[in-house]
Amino acid sequence: MKADLATALPEITLLCAACFILIVDLFLPASRRHVSYWLTQGALLLTAWIVLTNVRADPVLGFNGMVVDDNMADLLELAAIATVSLMLFFGRRYFTVRGTFTGEMFVLVLFSLLGMLVMISAANFITLYLGLELQALALYALVALQRDKTGTAEAAMKYFVLGALASGMLLYGMSMVYGATGSLSLDGIAEATLSANASNRLLLLFGLVFIVSGIAFKLGVVPYHMWVPDVYEGAPTPITLLIGTAPKLAAFAIALRLLGGGLKGMEFDWQGMLIVLSLLSMVLGNVIAIAQTNIKRMLAYSLIAHMGYMLMGFLAADRNGFSAAMFYTVAYVMSSVAAFGMVLLLSRAGFEAERIDDFKGLNQRSPWWAFIMLLVMFSLAGVPPTIGFYAKFSVIEAAVNQGFVWLAVVAVMASLVGAFYYLRVVKVMYFDEPIDASPIDSRGDARVLLSVNGLALLALGILPQPLMGLCAIALTQSHF
Amino acid sequence: MAYLSLAIWVPIVAGIATLVIRDDRDAAQARWIALIGAVAGFAVTIPLYLDFDTTTAAMQFVERVEWIPRFDISYHLGVDGLSVLFVMLNSFITLLVVWAGWVVIEKRVAQYMAAFLIMSGLVNGAFAALDGILFYVFFEAMLIPMYLIIGIWGGPNRVYAAIKFFLYTLLGSFLMLVALIYLYNASQSFEILEWHKLPLSLGTQILLFVAFFMAFSVKVPMWPVHTWLPDAHVEAPTGGSVVLAAITLKLGAYGFVRFILPIVPDASHYLSGFVITLSLIAVVYIGFVALVQADMKKLIAYSSISHMGFVTLGFFLGSALGMEGALVQMISHGFVSAAMFLCVGVLYDRMHSRQIADYGGVVNTMPHFAAFAMLFAMANAGLPATSGFVGEFLVILAAVRANFWLGFTAAITLILGAAYTLWMYKRVYFGEVANKGVAALQDVTRREFWLLALLALAVLAMGVYPKPFIDVMHVSVENLLAHFAQSKL
Repeated sequence: MKADLATALPEITLLCAACFILIVDLFLPASRRHVSYWLTQGALLLTAWIVLTNVRADPVLGFNGMVVDDNMADLLELAAIATVSLMLFFGRRYFTVRGTFTGEMFVLVLFSLLGMLVMISAANFITLYLGLELQALALYALVALQRDKTGTAEAAMKYFVLGALASGMLLYGMSMVYGATGSLSLDGIAEATLSANASNRLLLLFGLVFIVSGIAFKLGVVPYHMWVPDVYEGAPTPITLLIGTAPKLAAFAIALRLLGGGLKGMEFDWQGMLIVLSLLSMVLGNVIAIAQTNIKRMLAYSLIAHMGYMLMGFLAADRNGFSAAMFYTVAYVMSSVAAFGMVLLLSRAGFEAERIDDFKGLNQRSPWWAFIMLLVMFSLAGVPPTIGFYAKFSVIEAAVNQGFVWLAVVAVMASLVGAFYYLRVVKVMYFDEPIDASPIDSRGDARVLLSVNGLALLALGILPQPLMGLCAIALTQSHF
Repeated sequence: MAYLSLAIWVPIVAGIATLVIRDDRDAAQARWIALIGAVAGFAVTIPLYLDFDTTTAAMQFVERVEWIPRFDISYHLGVDGLSVLFVMLNSFITLLVVWAGWVVIEKRVAQYMAAFLIMSGLVNGAFAALDGILFYVFFEAMLIPMYLIIGIWGGPNRVYAAIKFFLYTLLGSFLMLVALIYLYNASQSFEILEWHKLPLSLGTQILLFVAFFMAFSVKVPMWPVHTWLPDAHVEAPTGGSVVLAAITLKLGAYGFVRFILPIVPDASHYLSGFVITLSLIAVVYIGFVALVQADMKKLIAYSSISHMGFVTLGFFLGSALGMEGALVQMISHGFVSAAMFLCVGVLYDRMHSRQIADYGGVVNTMPHFAAFAMLFAMANAGLPATSGFVGEFLVILAAVRANFWLGFTAAITLILGAAYTLWMYKRVYFGEVANKGVAALQDVTRREFWLLALLALAVLAMGVYPKPFIDVMHVSVENLLAHFAQSKL
């Protein structure tokens, strides 16, 4: 029992902390809201600390194989916790001036993080689905947080309807796989699919199609991408940051556990599906992003393209490819957090800074922030010496290694298209005159963290080995 | 001493230090920090020449540290006779560029200086890298400072030129990345020298050739992928044009001798006719294009493309004579094109026009300057006793040996080069004073005088006594030809 508890200790801690904050916040006057804020940050720190102290070399299954604690889960959980923490730091001022710096916001954020952690460490269809729903429900509410703003209701509705559809598909696929294999645990399914006979192979294949569709929805890859730009645009910017980053880590984890683990026996089948998804996402995402004038929408299409690249590493379907995809996801999340951090930095009361033109002449207003944004843009474009380059490099290497040279060539051509819209942001910052001369003011802690985040893109670009090595180790030591 | 690392990191660190000065009111400090950085950056490359062993083709000043063990990528530096001179040339030109921008640049001085210094370090890194990915990182990272140089300090159409420059170069280098990764999978190593020995089938070699050729021919640039260069040159500030013409074009040509010829020799032989044809088109056709330009910078840009055509021609003739001629031509063109662009810069700073039609009779008001310009024009036309002559002569000689008509076509450039350069010279410098602007021109300042004098010295020294340059590269060229001649099938 004690060993069981240890495997799920981070999740349990986070749940208790979220409930505690929910109650404490009830008794706090609005002027003391910062207490809940710091309690939330404390809860995140505590959870991260528990994850760190529980790192073990070998994977451990707990609660009769419902959850698993392995190195991959540890790494992804830490990344998700850090992302959420940064979101709160960067978004604090934004929430405050818009009247959404409220107790329910903190609790919803913590619950959605809890859902992600459960997804990341799930070893069974039931846990996996529970985590997915918890995460998604909390996020639906968060998108609608700013009730009086036009567009948020639309975004929340769209997110909810399509998200529910995706969950339904995933669940439908899971039920078929259960029907074919008679097992809900991923290990059991792996065993059954590796020795599947021809009669239930068809059923498995149908199940697989639905499962891949569900995952594709969560990742936001073409052709399941329609919700991404609208939700990105409509949601409050810190929530956009949240939706675009941490859930992708969790979605990567379930993709790996489901496809690389449970349905490993059908590798050949899902590989073909992922090639199509990856190809379409890379090309369409990058091409459509060019037409965007709203930076949040641009980043939405950029996400679609990036998830396509991630899948290119994933579909190599060996440990090399999975670790490349994981590295890609983490690198993307780092860059993306900083990108939204910059949008938040330039936002102020009554001004959203979400048009690309709002970045005009940033170099004259503040060379430092222009430089940070430059790093972010080149990292997203995959230009060395930033971490984005090594991310692209590793997924291309994984694809070429498995003989998909043609896919790699298409990928780099799509990157060339993509480079244009990232360059355009650099162009407006450095080559244009500012249209808005108001000083950039924000909280000191957000400034420091955003600078660290931006510089980390460069530092890990000059010395990528630590993170790359961690991703490789996390995968070789993991259970999926 | 790790001279190569110093050559890379001294300018980069100096560039970052320059960025600390953020206010243009303190521009003087930024200039001095940058100048000290550039001088130090050049000083550390001098031992590379003094201690260079001209009797071996092996890599020298080698440094090797594990960098990304996950993919066996190392921080592996080294130079041989093919690359050592370019490291020095680059550091020397950077020094001139920093000095040339001394009072001319008034807007965001610190960023300007920093961009050139960081660029210089990155270029040195690309010339010295012996690891494929290390090379790629330097090769591509240098796009960022150049993009900013053209875009921030450039002319009216700078945004178009900057983006065109970036995307054109990126297209080629992305394909090269796939080729590098392919080679890694074939050899389990990112060592460039390992790839020189790697056996590859002809089909594979041709695909790799295409990928590398896309990357380097855009950079050289060869006809027909040259169209970014005139735009970039015209819009870039003087310093940017100098670095583009003198340095980054050389990097494209360097890619041919470091990657294409030794890694895919059979494909290079197979496709040599194709490359030679493109080179001759560049030499002759672009020479004619240069003849009709009305803008001085554009004229020099086209002249650069035409001269670089000689370089690629020399490489693919397959003889030591042609190869050495091409390398000498690269260095000579580094000096001459830098000098030509600086001359246009001197005029532009005074008149704010690059149109030939706006000038006339400059020799009357700027006699010293006109003398320098005369020398550089002669060098550009390939007059004996200037550096321009040596390279062209060697390549033409090699071409005649390979095939008379090849040599004949290549030699047309001697006429064309003289025609477009001297005709421009005549229209700008000779004749009556054309207008009030020209009448009011002041002759070169002491700073400009020494800038031009240094380059004039280099051009003459190399023209009269090219032996020190050729000696350095000779053994490495022999070695390269051995690799080129040996089939890998």
